[in-house]
Amino acid sequence: MPDPLPADSVGLVTPQTYHFDTPLELACGKVLNRYELVVETYGELNASASNAILICHALSGHHHAAGYHSADERKAGWWNSCIGPGKPIDTRRFFVVSLNNLGGCHGSTGPSSTNPDTGSLYGPDFPVVTVTDWVNSQARLADKLNIECWAAVVGGSLGGMQALQWSLTYPERISHAAVIASTPRLSAQNIAFNEVARQAITSDPEFHAGRYSNNLTLPRRGLMLARMVGHITYLSDASMGEKFGRELREKAYKFGYDAEFQVESYLRYQGERFSESFDANTYLLMTKALDYFDPAYEFGGDLAKALQGARCEFLVLSFSTDWRFAPERSEELVKAMISARRKVSYAEIDAPWGHDGFLIPTPRYTDVFTAYMDRVAREVGA
Amino acid sequence: MRADLEIIQQWIKPGHHVLDLGCGDGTLLDFLQSERGASGYGLEINPAHITHCMSRGVSVIEQNLDTQGLANFDDNSFDVVLMTQALQAVRRPDKVLDEMLRLGNEGIVTFPNFAHWRLRWGLALSGRMPESEALPYKWYNTPNIRLCTFHDFEALCRQKSIRITSRKVVDGQHQNSWVARLWPNLLGEIAIYRITRENSQ
Repeated sequence: MPDPLPADSVGLVTPQTYHFDTPLELACGKVLNRYELVVETYGELNASASNAILICHALSGHHHAAGYHSADERKAGWWNSCIGPGKPIDTRRFFVVSLNNLGGCHGSTGPSSTNPDTGSLYGPDFPVVTVTDWVNSQARLADKLNIECWAAVVGGSLGGMQALQWSLTYPERISHAAVIASTPRLSAQNIAFNEVARQAITSDPEFHAGRYSNNLTLPRRGLMLARMVGHITYLSDASMGEKFGRELREKAYKFGYDAEFQVESYLRYQGERFSESFDANTYLLMTKALDYFDPAYEFGGDLAKALQGARCEFLVLSFSTDWRFAPERSEELVKAMISARRKVSYAEIDAPWGHDGFLIPTPRYTDVFTAYMDRVAREVGA
Repeated sequence: MRADLEIIQQWIKPGHHVLDLGCGDGTLLDFLQSERGASGYGLEINPAHITHCMSRGVSVIEQNLDTQGLANFDDNSFDVVLMTQALQAVRRPDKVLDEMLRLGNEGIVTFPNFAHWRLRWGLALSGRMPESEALPYKWYNTPNIRLCTFHDFEALCRQKSIRITSRKVVDGQHQNSWVARLWPNLLGEIAIYRITRENSQ
């Protein structure tokens, strides 16, 4: 944590754990009898509970979206650029709720938790959860926090899918949905990348069909590869070019297979670090949640029809160099919203950072996001 | 409100679903939503305008007519499609007109008249591309790449079997002056046309 603390930081935050013991029926048909969600909040809930914002995280995200857990923590939460006093999601006006989703590995019940029914780790037996399951669990969290209706549900990437699903599953409990750098469904190419990541994990000899913990080991290699391939899809050709180019770690070619180019060593480092902090079963589960997401599916593929049920207003943002969920995917969503006569605003942010653009506060992104959220705040009297 | 917008808003009925092509900072749509009970979207490419629209609660879509067209909008999905002071800035105004009447029952178009006497006079006298309050640019940096006269526009409509149901002519201050009504193609600076397909009511 920087000293002194910047004025636009939420400062020190302490996560809280909420226990749920009403059985949760999942899309796969299984039931979670009991579960826990770990949650962080920033700002104050107003008297009418009208100023609550739900933050939904992406593939490898978690509840720690802003501020610092301790004075020693070096890096702030993953969306610190957008959440805080004076930032687009202004914590002086909003009560911001951020959780680790079910199936996660940062404190909420997931594959690395103990199954209360058996007393042993869930591991690969943890049910595959979907975006809709997450939204249902988040609705129960809202009940616990006495939030009848979110001023907005906000998320990037997989988080944006949750915001979109909220508008369909609980249309009366959400006033605005901000769907950022997201897509109404994964393309074959998106699913293909996820499959490469899953194969990397499951083919690691240390994976042991997901029971690596019983064998006191971790599929580090597989998880590292999964992260490396994922990471490439988060960046753009241009941003990688700018960051690394063809730069070598040493002056000359060595004619061997060690990491010689800077980009190689960067990817290896990122992959290794990730493989030590993230659970492989959770990674598999999160990629499946991505693959399965398709709200149009039960409407014969007609997204506009699916959106007929939504009541909220939408903000859709895309990033020009995002090729994972390209602007065209957001435009597909916007087209369906227009056909369904939903209120929607859309902007394509010109930024060089690829899919990661939604985490990086470029001026136009900040302007648009701030303008929209300011209006949400005025609407709810915050 | 600008006088041309003042005229247009009177033509919008409660409940009308409106598309505003080149909606600027959303002034008109905002007014139509709050005062006329209309709904709809604005299309815009200027980042500052888009931000402004969002902050005032106007549904704005970042979309470039020239490069992206209007294919993402369904046939007959709007009561009115508006285009104020932007027709002269698109690459193919003829195609935009077709699209407007594909999407909407009615189109409302406003544009500056290149045959206004002051422009004619300026060109005749100085031999240089004319500038005016309505057209304040140099020839090399003007966004107005498809300037036309009222007569040109009306000829295009005839050729396309587009019916002009109403025309109002205003001067540079957007006043609906009697002079402009007298000899519009010479004295009118800005025209506001209501158009429909020939076969529609």
